[in-house]
Amino acid sequence: MGKEKKQIDGGVSCLRRAEMNMMSVGGMESAPAPLDLEEVHVLAVDDSLVDRIVIERLLRITSCKVTAVDSGWRALEFLGLDNDKASAQLDRLKVDLIITDYCMPGMTGYELLKKIKESSNFREVPVVIMSSENVMTRIDRCLEEGAQDFLLKPVKLADVKRLRSHLATKDVKLSTGNKRKLPEDSDSVTITPPSPSLTISPESSPPLTISPHSSDSSSSLVEMFSSSPIDDDEDEDVLTSSPEESPIRRQKMRSPGLD
Amino acid sequence: MDALISQLQRQFRDHTISLYQQGFLDDQFTELKKLQDDGSPDFVAEVLSLFFEDCVKLISNMARALDQTTGAVDFSTVGASVHQLKGSSSSVGAKRVKALCVSFKDFCEAQNFEGCVRCLQQVDIEYKTLKSKLQDLFNLEKQIIQAGGIVPQVDIN
Repeated sequence: MGKEKKQIDGGVSCLRRAEMNMMSVGGMESAPAPLDLEEVHVLAVDDSLVDRIVIERLLRITSCKVTAVDSGWRALEFLGLDNDKASAQLDRLKVDLIITDYCMPGMTGYELLKKIKESSNFREVPVVIMSSENVMTRIDRCLEEGAQDFLLKPVKLADVKRLRSHLATKDVKLSTGNKRKLPEDSDSVTITPPSPSLTISPESSPPLTISPHSSDSSSSLVEMFSSSPIDDDEDEDVLTSSPEESPIRRQKMRSPGLD
Repeated sequence: MDALISQLQRQFRDHTISLYQQGFLDDQFTELKKLQDDGSPDFVAEVLSLFFEDCVKLISNMARALDQTTGAVDFSTVGASVHQLKGSSSSVGAKRVKALCVSFKDFCEAQNFEGCVRCLQQVDIEYKTLKSKLQDLFNLEKQIIQAGGIVPQVDIN
């Protein structure tokens, strides 16, 4: 029973396309994998090794790619938010969800939440807070600061599946959401389907994502889903709407399956 | 071989049920089992192993912090370790350990030295007891598989 888990404190499973030698993120376990725009990527933050292993497994089982770090600082480091200089030199980093423990030494989950919401690159990324304590004032404070959800520990598979199913409806938007606008991006197609005709069935089927790489497929999907001109500037509007008001979310609640 | 497998499976089932009934495990352990599959067949054992390592480390921290020979006891340091242990025991379903941590935390907050020392001793015994019982359970699993059988799903409710 004494097997060592491959990912130890602060270990970061690398999903960045950029060269990692730009910053040290404390113990990379593998070479950078090619960025897969179709998979949901979650950044999990928890100072407890046991909890990190569990949350990572929960997320992997629900088809997420996971990067697990042991502190708020490492999370900021990973996101490129840890220094003042513009991080324009980094390639796009795709993070679709940040899930963080509340009670952590150094930087609390609440403080991390604030820093993420203050950043122009990542403020649209949903942040979920986990806590072992069911304190209403704490929950309210986090929700007011823009947290997407608050999970009571110990986190269960049903909790993560629920989160995952909410993300699935946003997959189409999220894969374009937090990309930084680099010069070479100008010819890539971003797709924002405001129409609620796209619904994703949760849990069993893999999420439907639109890859902007293949121009052929994207143009036909664009025709299918878009009811407004494709325009990078429209990203902001679509993403800042709160999930509760999003037509896709409402639609999803009524009919959870793809026709 | 079938008789052996059946016997082992029965033992496994009984042992599992007793662990829940006697309050050693709660339904978070059941949740962990859901995360185990053919791709990760040792997931539960691995997580529990990490948990027990955590116990050793945290209990040692608590003991050090409660050592009066080095000066005044810093109850907040003890409390911090208790909080961490409470968290990880909760995450793996170690019900008795978690319950002890709750009392332990109260004693820390009340700065009750004797209460803390008692809790420390109990937590030490408790995690070791659980470790031993789970070892038996994992051994049974191994024996079942080695005998060519399937580890039964045990319905606790």
